[in-house]
Amino acid sequence: MSRAVTPRRKAITTVLAWIVGFLIFFPILWTIVLSFKSEGDAISAPLNVLTSTWTMESYEAVQERSNYFLHFWNSVVISFGSTIAALVIAIPAAWAMAFVPGKRTKDVLMWMLSTKMMPAVGVLVPIYLLFRDMGLLDTRTGLVIVLTLMNLPIVVWMLYTYFKEIPSEILEAARMDGATLRSEILYVLTPMAVPGIASTLLLNVILAWNEAFWTLNLTAAKAAPLTAFIASYSSPEGLFYAKLSAASTLAIAPILILGWFSQKQLVRGLTFGAVK
Amino acid sequence: MSTQASRASARLMISPAVLLLLGWMIVPLAMTVWFSLQRYNLLMPGMEAFIGLDNYEYFLTDPAFVTAIWNTLALVLGVLVITVIGGTLLALLLDQPMWGQGIVRILVIAPFFVMPTVSALVWKNMFMNPVNGLFAHIAKAFGLQPFDFLSQAPLASIIGIVSWQWLPFATLILLTALQSLDREQLEAAEMDGAGVFSRFFYIMLPHLARAATVVILIQTIFLLGVFAEILVTTNGGPGTASTTLTYLVYVQSLLQFDVGGGAAGGVIAIVLANIVAIFLMRMIGKNLEA
Amino acid sequence: MGKIQLKSVRKAFGDVEVIPPLDLTINDGEFVVFVGPSGCGKSTLLRLIAGLEDVTSGEISINDTPVTALPPAKRGLAMVFQSYALYPHMSVKKNIAFPMKMAGLPVEEQEKRIEAAAKALNLTDYLDRKPGQLSGGQRQRVAIGRAIVREPTAFLFDEPLSNLDAALRVNMRLEISELHQKLATTMIYVTHDQVEAMTMADKIVVLHAGRIEQVGSPLELYRKPQNRFVAGFIGSPKMNFIEGAEAAKHGAHAIGIRPEHIAISATEGAWKGTVGVSEHLGSDTFLHVATEFGTINVRAGGEVNLHHGDTVYLTPDLEQLHRFDAEGRALA
Repeated sequence: MSRAVTPRRKAITTVLAWIVGFLIFFPILWTIVLSFKSEGDAISAPLNVLTSTWTMESYEAVQERSNYFLHFWNSVVISFGSTIAALVIAIPAAWAMAFVPGKRTKDVLMWMLSTKMMPAVGVLVPIYLLFRDMGLLDTRTGLVIVLTLMNLPIVVWMLYTYFKEIPSEILEAARMDGATLRSEILYVLTPMAVPGIASTLLLNVILAWNEAFWTLNLTAAKAAPLTAFIASYSSPEGLFYAKLSAASTLAIAPILILGWFSQKQLVRGLTFGAVK
Repeated sequence: MSTQASRASARLMISPAVLLLLGWMIVPLAMTVWFSLQRYNLLMPGMEAFIGLDNYEYFLTDPAFVTAIWNTLALVLGVLVITVIGGTLLALLLDQPMWGQGIVRILVIAPFFVMPTVSALVWKNMFMNPVNGLFAHIAKAFGLQPFDFLSQAPLASIIGIVSWQWLPFATLILLTALQSLDREQLEAAEMDGAGVFSRFFYIMLPHLARAATVVILIQTIFLLGVFAEILVTTNGGPGTASTTLTYLVYVQSLLQFDVGGGAAGGVIAIVLANIVAIFLMRMIGKNLEA
Repeated sequence: MGKIQLKSVRKAFGDVEVIPPLDLTINDGEFVVFVGPSGCGKSTLLRLIAGLEDVTSGEISINDTPVTALPPAKRGLAMVFQSYALYPHMSVKKNIAFPMKMAGLPVEEQEKRIEAAAKALNLTDYLDRKPGQLSGGQRQRVAIGRAIVREPTAFLFDEPLSNLDAALRVNMRLEISELHQKLATTMIYVTHDQVEAMTMADKIVVLHAGRIEQVGSPLELYRKPQNRFVAGFIGSPKMNFIEGAEAAKHGAHAIGIRPEHIAISATEGAWKGTVGVSEHLGSDTFLHVATEFGTINVRAGGEVNLHHGDTVYLTPDLEQLHRFDAEGRALA
C-alpha cells in the first residue's frame, strides 16, 4: 500500500513500537548496565544505579575468580566443533537428497526431522551412563558428539532447502558444457551453495552455544561451557549481581551479534519450511 | 540426473547421517526402555532386577507425577498463550510503517538469543529478587511490600521468564507470515468495502492461523524440554510447585539416582512428545509436497 | 556434420509412457522445430537427444555413431535453456569460457572464441558483468554465446524465447535465424508457438501426446496437413472445422477451411451467418460469424465494413477445402 501514511500515525506507531521494543530489550540492557557497576551499587535502587560510577572491576573480578576464559573457550570448541562435524556429515546427505531424489527421500527427511522432536530427557539416563562408562563425562569431546547428533537433523534440513533452491537447469547446463561430476561440484555447485552453508553454520553455532540441557548435565568443572558456568551463579556467595552481569554480558554478546544477522535463517531452520 | 550410478552414490552419501541418527535414536531409546523395566539405583549397583512395569506404576501413582503433569501443561499452555497472542500483536505492530523499524526488530528479537541460564538468572536476581531486584525497588518506591516471585508464584514466574525468551520466536515467525500476505488481497478487500477490523478477521487472521499453528507445534516440542530455567531458579520448588515432567525425570535419575524410575518417566515423556510430533510432522509433510 | 537419428526411441516414467516408440531423422544443417501443445513431449524428446534423460529403449545416433549410452558431456551438443541457466557467480566472460575450460582448450584459443562470439552477439561491452546485472535479452545472448564457443555438432534450444517480452521475441527470432544461416550447423528448436515454428524452421515436427503427428516443411504442413490435429495446430487463426450434413456433402466426416480461404459477401454466398465479434486491425479484419454449423472465423485483407449483428454470406474456396475421415485422417 503506497498511499501516504500520515506523519502523525507514523509517529504514534514509532513511539509505541520503540517503547515496546525497549521494554522487551530492557532486561538485557539492564544486565549490561549492571556489569559496569560495583557490587554495592548493583543492588541499590535503580536511580542510584544509573548515577553511580561506572567501573570495570566486575569484569576483572570475573576473570580472576573463575577461569572465565576456559569456559568461553569450551563454548567455542563445542559450538564450532559440533557444527563442523554436523556439516561434514550433512552436506553429502543433503546434496544427495536434493539432487538425486528417490521415492523415499521425503520419508527419510521427515524421519530425520522427527528425531529432533524426541525429548532429550527421554535418553538422559542411558547417555549419562554410557558417557560415564566411556569416560566421556565432563569432556568437550562428549559434548561435541551429543550436540552434533542433536542438531544434525536441522543442519541436514537447512542445507537441503538451500540446495533445492539451486536451479537444476544450471547443473544441467554444466553437464552439457562438458563438466565431469567433480568439475560440476567444484566450479558450479559449491560456489552457489556457499551462502547456504554459511547460513546453516551461523544458525547452528547459535543453537549449540545456547544449548542448556546436555551442557548442564554432562559437564562439571573441566568441560563446562558458558551455559554451565553461568548456572553456577545460582547458588553464589556474597554479592554477585555485578559479576553475574559481567559474566552474562560476555557470554551473550557474541551470540546477540550473530543473532542479529541470522533472523532469516532462524525462520528457515526452526520452522522446517512450514512457514515461508 | 537419475541414472543408476547416481542412485548408488547418493545412497552412500546419505548413509552416514542416517546410520548415526538411527544409532542415536535406537540405542539410547532401547536402553531407556530396558532400564525402565528394572530396579536400578546408582547408589546400590549390582542389585539390578527385572521388575516389569513396576517402575511405571510407581511413577504414575507418585503424587509428584500428577503435579508434574499439571505443571508441564500449565507451563506449555501459559507460554503458548502469551507468546502467540503477544507475538501476533507485536507482528502487527512491526508490520506498520515507522521510523527505525530495523532497530525495533533487533530489540524485540534479542531475548531469543540469550542463553537460558543467563536469562533465568537475570530475571531471578536482578528483577524478581524480593530484596535487591528491580521489581522490589519499584514496589518499595510505591510503598508496597515486594513480592517474592519465585517463592510465592514459582511456576508463574518461570512461565514469565520462558515467555520472554520465546516471544521473539513467535513474533518473528508471525511477522514473516504476515509479510508474505499478498497485499493485493487486502486491497481487493478494501475495494469490497471491508474496514480495518474486517480485513483483520477475515483475511489476515486465517493467513496467520497457519503460521500460528506451526509456532504452537514447534514451541510445544521445545517447551516440553524446558530445563535450565527451572534448574537455576527454583530447582522445581518450593516442594514440587514448579516441577515439570522433564525436571521430575532429572531429579529421579541424577539426584535420587533412581535410574529405573527415571527411565520410566523418560519413556512417558517421549510418548507425550510423540503425540505432538505427529501433528507437526503432518504439517511439515504437507509443505514438503509444495 | 550434424546428422541425428532416432530409432524406436521410447520414454516412460515408471508406468507412464510419455513417448511411444518414435523414429526421426535430422539431416546435417537443418533447422528442425519440435512443436506441439503443452505436455506433448517435445522438451522430453530434446532432453533425450541431449542426454539429460535416459531413453527407456531405442537408439540415438549422431553422425551414425550411437550415443545412447554416452553422458551429455560426451555427445558434442550444446543446449540453450528456457531459463538461460547462466552461472550466477561467474562473469559473462567466465560463463562463455566455461565449456572451453571443461574441454581443456588452451587459453589463447579460448580468448579468440570468446572475442568472436561476443562480437557476433553484441556482448563485448558486458563481458565483465555478472548475469544478475543483465537484461533478459542480454542473458539470452550469453546463453547462446556459451553454446557457440563449443562449436558443437548441433544446437539444442529449449523454448529459449518464452521468457522474453513480445517485441524482444521477434528480434531474437531473427537473430537466431541469422545465426543459423551463418553457422550452417544443425539446430533443434523446441517451442509451443507455431508462429516461431513456421518462421524459423526448415523442417517442423508436430508432436502430440508423445507421438509424431507429421514431419514436413512449414508450407507442406500448412497446405497438406495429414490429420485434423496438424490442420488445427498450424495456422493462425485456427482452421474452421465443420461436421455433419455439410461435411457429408463433400464426402467426408469433417471438413476444414482456413479463415483466410473464405470469401465474404453481404448479399450472397454458400453459408449465411450473423457477425458476432469483429476485430478490425486495419491490415486485416477478423470476423467471428455465427452460422448454422457453429462459429466460423473469417479473415479478410484490409478493412471490411461489417460489424456486430450484420448479416453476412460466406463462401469457402473449394480448392482449399480439407476433408477428414472419422479418425481425423486427411482424405486425398
